[in-house]
Amino acid sequence: MLQTAQRTAKSKGKKGAPASLGEAAAGKAAPPHDRFLEAFRWMLLARTLEEKLVSLYRGGQITGGVYIGKGQEAVSVACGIFLEKGDIFAPLIRDQAGRSAFGEPLIDVTRTYLGSRLGPMRGRDGNIHRGRPRDNQLAMISHLGAMVSVTVGALMAKRFRGEKGFIGLSCIGEGGMQTGSFHEGMNIAAVEQVPLVVVATNNHYAYSTPNDREFACHDLIDRAIGYGFEGYTVDGTDLANCLDVIGGAVKRARVGRPPQLVVASILRLSGHGEHDDASYVTDEIKREPFARDCLKVTEHTIVDLKLVDTETLAEWRRDAATQVDVAISTAQKEAAPEGDEEDWCAISTRDLVDSLE
Amino acid sequence: MSITYLEAIREAQAKLLRDDERVFIYGQDVGGTFGGAFKATKGLAKEFPGRVLNTPISEDAMVGTAIGAAMHGMRPIVEMQFADFSSTALNQILNNAGTHYWRTDVPIPITVRLPSGGTKGSGPFHSQSMESIYAHYPGLIVMTPATVEDAYTMLIEAVAIDDPVIYCEHKYLYYHLKAEKLPTEGLPTGKARIAREGRDLTIATYSAMLHEALAVAEQLASEGFEIEVVDLRSVKPLDTNTVLASVARTGRLLCVGESFPWGSATAEIIARVTAEGFHLLDAAPQRMNAKDTPIPYHPNLWSVHRPNAKEIARKARALLRE
Repeated sequence: MLQTAQRTAKSKGKKGAPASLGEAAAGKAAPPHDRFLEAFRWMLLARTLEEKLVSLYRGGQITGGVYIGKGQEAVSVACGIFLEKGDIFAPLIRDQAGRSAFGEPLIDVTRTYLGSRLGPMRGRDGNIHRGRPRDNQLAMISHLGAMVSVTVGALMAKRFRGEKGFIGLSCIGEGGMQTGSFHEGMNIAAVEQVPLVVVATNNHYAYSTPNDREFACHDLIDRAIGYGFEGYTVDGTDLANCLDVIGGAVKRARVGRPPQLVVASILRLSGHGEHDDASYVTDEIKREPFARDCLKVTEHTIVDLKLVDTETLAEWRRDAATQVDVAISTAQKEAAPEGDEEDWCAISTRDLVDSLE
Repeated sequence: MSITYLEAIREAQAKLLRDDERVFIYGQDVGGTFGGAFKATKGLAKEFPGRVLNTPISEDAMVGTAIGAAMHGMRPIVEMQFADFSSTALNQILNNAGTHYWRTDVPIPITVRLPSGGTKGSGPFHSQSMESIYAHYPGLIVMTPATVEDAYTMLIEAVAIDDPVIYCEHKYLYYHLKAEKLPTEGLPTGKARIAREGRDLTIATYSAMLHEALAVAEQLASEGFEIEVVDLRSVKPLDTNTVLASVARTGRLLCVGESFPWGSATAEIIARVTAEGFHLLDAAPQRMNAKDTPIPYHPNLWSVHRPNAKEIARKARALLRE
């Protein structure tokens, strides 16, 4: 079973290299990045999980919505895979691969989607609005851009306490980049000179609105210099490129360079949510190079370079499917929250609860 | 020696910075040698280097940063330059800080200081009282201190509380209100105080309106009426029991607040007293708020826009005749 980066770091002292990977890769061609195969497995796990969530949603077993990261897995995994236990991660809507790579257990995902009272959100919030702040996984709110400054504050707290070597990584899309909150967050990050990486994925649509109605600048990366960030672009369909560029940004932030902005280009290969058929996505844009499916591209690379044999690939798929099945069947057996048993209390200070009775 | 309401706020922050290394102050112009638009942080940046930090004009990011820091062990105090500008941080306060404990089980111990309320000539954007908006949303505590003593002890308590606190300090009281010395302890938040005892009418109020109400009580005493004045101290939690107990003695209730009328704290008090203490009332409960217009600039307009002693007295007399 593929372990999370955090757990592997704890249990084996070496980050993110499941034992089976070393064996599988032995004697084959060198991968284009030393975390390439590990990253691919996180992508595969995310895709497998989300395909299953979609089918549960279509079968009426998930209330609310399902929001997947199809096409964004390469960018996302690169966001999560280089982070260490003490780092802060603020993922967004399409970051399943990164969340898993950072250490979110699958059961947190399925419990939240299926409304188990045992999940981190306990039925109080759903789908992608989840996190474990105590484990440095921030829980996004729907209002885009808001989590950038929250990440800045978390990093300032660490600095106040004298910690060293930590970074924060906050995810955003090109849609969220157009909010005032994002702008304020970027500016204050640079003013505070915190070790922050912001990864912005341009998936070419804010829900149904194409880029030409979202912004009018030549290239989003040009904003980096205006904020006082160092800026880099990346082909979000190319896993090795994502690992190189985002990994490089993480490294630079960790050694005290100014905040880092990475802008990745992809096409969202799904609707905004599964309720959306994405009929507004034009045939023309689907033929763009950035419209490739990063998972397929990665798989082709693995096959073409003979990084692992087909039997190993099949085994990895089975492993992902098994993990997903276990996480779903476990959550499905768990009780849902009940209104008459809920603790309807929005503050932790019990004696200051305003009694409306 | 005497100490003003504003100095009490500064002294509370100095004590907090001295006693608790998790505390830092974050806001526009609070640092350097300037010490804030109202000087509530005067000298603190020098005394506590690196812990009283100027920010860009970014209310959203100021609060967002405080939330992140609070989540990771700090006790930030955010100074809004004027309460009015906190409207550009509403998203972080209401949707992020206010929902966080409920959603994730991790509370957000931030204190947001709002220099609130009107002073002459300040106009629509430097005069607002926003306690009713914040009280409307779940997950926040809303303090409205009316005395020098409360300004001091409640700010210290605000920072100690594990949840987000909106601390509404009244700008009119900054220099007008003085006390001989700072208290060592105060009433706990959530407990209203009987500011003046009486048996004919209860005026329930908070913040600067307390002093208008006390002036009215004094004036009506000369007319033979005994007015009981309740200082709510915090509008959330709202000490309904103390108000009900007072109404049980007087049979009449007038609520006075400075925020806009629609859905205000005064409306909430009347709703509760009517629902729970209808049998105690000898007359229909009444309320007074600012007018339902933006706050005017000119002193002639401003002085009648918000409730004042003259109008409160007029309303009180009418209620006493009922």
